[in-house]
Amino acid sequence: MNKAILIFGYGNLSRGDDALAPLLLEKIEAEIDVNKVEILTDFQLQIEHALDLEDRQLVLFVDASVACESAFDFCELQPSRDKSYTTHAMSPASVLQVYQSIKKTAPPPCFLLSIQGLSFELGESLTTQAQQNLQQALEFTEQLLKHPELKYWQAQVTGSA
Amino acid sequence: MYENLETAENPDNLKRVVIDPVSRVEGHGKVTLLLDENNKVKQARLHIVEFRGFERFIQGRPYWELPVLVQRLCGICPVSHHLAAAKAIDQLVGVDPENLPPAADKLRRLLHFGQVMQSHSLHFFHLSSPDLLFGFESDISKRHILAVLEAHPDIGLQGVKLRKFGQEVIRMVSGKRIHGTGAIAGGMNKALTKAERDYLKADVEQMITWADAAVALIKKVHCSNLPYYDDFGTIATNYLSLNKPNGALELYHGGIRVKDPQGKTLLEGFDYCDYNKIIHEEVRPWTYMKFPYLTDIGKEDGWYRVGPLARINNCDFIDTPLAEKARVEFKQHGGGQAMVHSTLAFHWTRLIEVLHCAESIKQLLDDPDILDSSNLVAQGEKRFSGVGVIEAPRGTLFHHYEVDDNDIVTKANLIVSTTSNNMGMNESVRQVAAEYLSGQELTEPLLNNLEVAIRAYDPCLSCATHAVGKMPLQVELVNAEGDLINKVMKHSDGQLEKLI
Repeated sequence: MNKAILIFGYGNLSRGDDALAPLLLEKIEAEIDVNKVEILTDFQLQIEHALDLEDRQLVLFVDASVACESAFDFCELQPSRDKSYTTHAMSPASVLQVYQSIKKTAPPPCFLLSIQGLSFELGESLTTQAQQNLQQALEFTEQLLKHPELKYWQAQVTGSA
Repeated sequence: MYENLETAENPDNLKRVVIDPVSRVEGHGKVTLLLDENNKVKQARLHIVEFRGFERFIQGRPYWELPVLVQRLCGICPVSHHLAAAKAIDQLVGVDPENLPPAADKLRRLLHFGQVMQSHSLHFFHLSSPDLLFGFESDISKRHILAVLEAHPDIGLQGVKLRKFGQEVIRMVSGKRIHGTGAIAGGMNKALTKAERDYLKADVEQMITWADAAVALIKKVHCSNLPYYDDFGTIATNYLSLNKPNGALELYHGGIRVKDPQGKTLLEGFDYCDYNKIIHEEVRPWTYMKFPYLTDIGKEDGWYRVGPLARINNCDFIDTPLAEKARVEFKQHGGGQAMVHSTLAFHWTRLIEVLHCAESIKQLLDDPDILDSSNLVAQGEKRFSGVGVIEAPRGTLFHHYEVDDNDIVTKANLIVSTTSNNMGMNESVRQVAAEYLSGQELTEPLLNNLEVAIRAYDPCLSCATHAVGKMPLQVELVNAEGDLINKVMKHSDGQLEKLI
């Protein structure tokens, strides 16, 4: 049986600000209730990650984003056939759609925390701005985990997916 | 061949069409076509952003960090870089492949079979099956894994689960999905537990059944339109791969075998540590990507292809029964010719390898050595240079390091499989452009044919970076006077926007 809450961060630790999500998971790992929360990470999202959503009550995807205009954005996800097939990577909404296709049921409530990143070059460390964004996103995530309820998470949404 | 289309004589007077980036490949690639006033193709090129910075990323690090560090070069085949690096640093600690403890050798092979299986499954089911099942020029909205899941739910689900199983093999052997530390200098850091072994054994028979069905599916697709599939993007080339000493297919360790387009063996059992005596890399002014070639044959004719088509063409047999049966059927489909040159046959051979991986995983899970943690690491005398070569999913992968007295890497050289296939991909693009596009009004479905040819190689054009909001597709049409007359942008969410 899977744990009720999944935090799934994706990114590459050696690609500058692309490390934001795995770094957030590293920092949050010591604070979670291991009986209720599972942390998973990967370089990028793929079709089989739909199977990681099974039996969850709440799912939080975490990613670095150049499209983010503030330190972080938080939105609720809906399954979407968004044609995100320009690379081997999928969008979280597409992963939800895969779940819906193979399970024939709606996915659990899923949210995306996008942390603003600026530079993604191989071998770079986090930019100064990204470090500040990471701290704000970390404090926000801590609040989410203190209130693992759908209504609370929905009330924190800052924008649309 | 179509080298005459590499560089047009009067490029300034031609229309320019750009596909940027090529979709459903890893990273950023771009195709440019130059057309005359009758839409005849005069020049076709695939441009690839080079793997710049790899060597710089590695230099200055202590060698023992490398198996973990190099996994971050690529989000698609991190385990391949991990194992190539491990083989190279084995040599730095004085351990040759034949001296690796048997348990470590088998655990590495198990890890590698899991990697090849998951990577090939991803490519076929996610990236290529939409083209193959719905047609190369089908409606763009159909060319998506979700459309496959809707129209062919059993096939789609099997693809998801084959990929997942390969990932689970990696997780069990290396301890994590990514960033695992399975292989270390001279061996492995852990054996499988009985519980881990039994977890994988529970599903492996099902995986063999599904992989066998996938081979039957691609055979049916390929043979249903044989002349087209055997001609599309097809080029007669040399092939390079590792092979076992007895001539069997080999993915983890062996000597280099090279065959020419007629199937004549040019190199047999060559020690890959001397790779730089037989391979040189040519630089061309219009692309960052190098063009490797076999030194003895020369730049003109010495280029070669690697990957599943090369491996199945080069091997004498496969040492697992179902995959061998599939190989024999594959070779027979072309009338028993020594070599199959069809670029779309990459898909067929890729699935034969998935079947071989599933069968090999089963064999290894039945081997008690993988549970033996008593002897996992060998030691030897320090050396200052190490070469590790492996058959990664996309082809032969070379890692070469030199270290100083303090074990710091002073020099690194990598030849990744996509670089080896650079000339092959360019030639396939030119073949498709000349045979299928030239003289026609270009449309998105027609342009997808170029991407289909590139996609057959499953190129990994860059590394594991991604960011929401990046990677749009832009197509520009420029008239003979150089004026931009049409421009369409495809955003990362798939929405098309006509800009002009």
